[in-house]
Amino acid sequence: MAELLKFELVSPEKLLMSEDVQYVTVPGTEGDFTVMPRHAPVLSTIRPGVITVLQDGGGEERIFIRGGFAEVNPEGLTLLAEEAVPMADVSRETLDRHIKDLEEDVADASSDEKRARVQEALDHLKQLHDAL
Amino acid sequence: MPNLKDLRNRIASVKSTQKITKAMQMVAAAKLRRAQESAEAARPYAERMETVLAGLSESLAGRDDAPPMMIGTGKSETHLLVVATAERGLCGGFNSNIARLAREHALRLLAEGKTVKIICVGRKGQDVLRRVLSNQIIDFVNMREVRRLEFSHARDVADKVIALFEAGECDVCTLFYSEFKNVITQVPTALQLIPASIDSDDDAPSKPDASLAAYDYEPEEKELLDELLPRNISVQIFRALLENAAGEQGARMSAMDSATRNAGEMIDSLTLTYNRARQAQITKELIEIISGAEAL
Repeated sequence: MAELLKFELVSPEKLLMSEDVQYVTVPGTEGDFTVMPRHAPVLSTIRPGVITVLQDGGGEERIFIRGGFAEVNPEGLTLLAEEAVPMADVSRETLDRHIKDLEEDVADASSDEKRARVQEALDHLKQLHDAL
Repeated sequence: MPNLKDLRNRIASVKSTQKITKAMQMVAAAKLRRAQESAEAARPYAERMETVLAGLSESLAGRDDAPPMMIGTGKSETHLLVVATAERGLCGGFNSNIARLAREHALRLLAEGKTVKIICVGRKGQDVLRRVLSNQIIDFVNMREVRRLEFSHARDVADKVIALFEAGECDVCTLFYSEFKNVITQVPTALQLIPASIDSDDDAPSKPDASLAAYDYEPEEKELLDELLPRNISVQIFRALLENAAGEQGARMSAMDSATRNAGEMIDSLTLTYNRARQAQITKELIEIISGAEAL
């Protein structure tokens, strides 16, 4: 078996996941990226979306995350998320709630730049909602 | 000579008080364990956040375009104090210690001619501060209904702070809470939120400066900071609230422990008095009977 990536998923409430995996796909603000072992150090914010974790045994896990950032350092990948829910537990209602939140944010946004960013996240969520 | 019935009543009432304090102590002990666990579970997030921010702020240090949330507005006219206390009393000096620290801070600022605004989180702190600083309290966050502290609660508070800051209604923001050292020690603490106080001398386990410099930032450092700083405020508030929750239970546990002990001592001394009084009465009755018999 090839080298493994040390992956940690942390929410403010607790450490959700800490294991060695093959790779993780992260929805970065400027585009999705996949982190494999020996990835160059990156610090990126994330938009609401789904991370895909390919576990050591080959099993794939999908987790919905919202708000936070990803840090890749030589030791591995750390994902700080404000909220993380396994895809299996994500219901349309949760998504609806997030969409509603974001819609309010769009309305309240103080600058065009911010509005554009929030709008983008909103569009992405809507796609996800339709795909569910 | 107190009468026997009164004494009996008093003993009974102290006993029932003791039962209550004993029960409260045990409830606090159980809650303390849970609160401590969640405080510990939240630690990794806060630590990572700190490490990342420390690295970022280092690389941005000295630049003029650093976000105001980090370097401040350049003034220190209006101070915003966020005072986090418990919702319930009966926990020793826990609430009053935090409130006292905040009050002294506020009065000192007022004496210097600054404007002070206060947001109270938790009812007990508001009760105390209202007496002296009622005009300064601008908002009150009720946590009474909160059964289990969640991140969203902290975010609500943080949103208020950020909104005030962005509207230019405060220059410096300080958070007051009680640091949970251990079950019997809680240290009232003031933590500056805006401008962010990032101690670079912290003993965070891994902070290799060289590798931090090599990071690719996506998006740019400045934008990243813009996004992270408000989040950091929520994280700090969340941590403070968790520490408070654990501290409150710890303080209540030790307060109730000594209350139970005091009640025990009181029962002992009351029982002693009661027995004396009872014996005195018996002796008195005997004397009456004997002297009655002799008179015949």
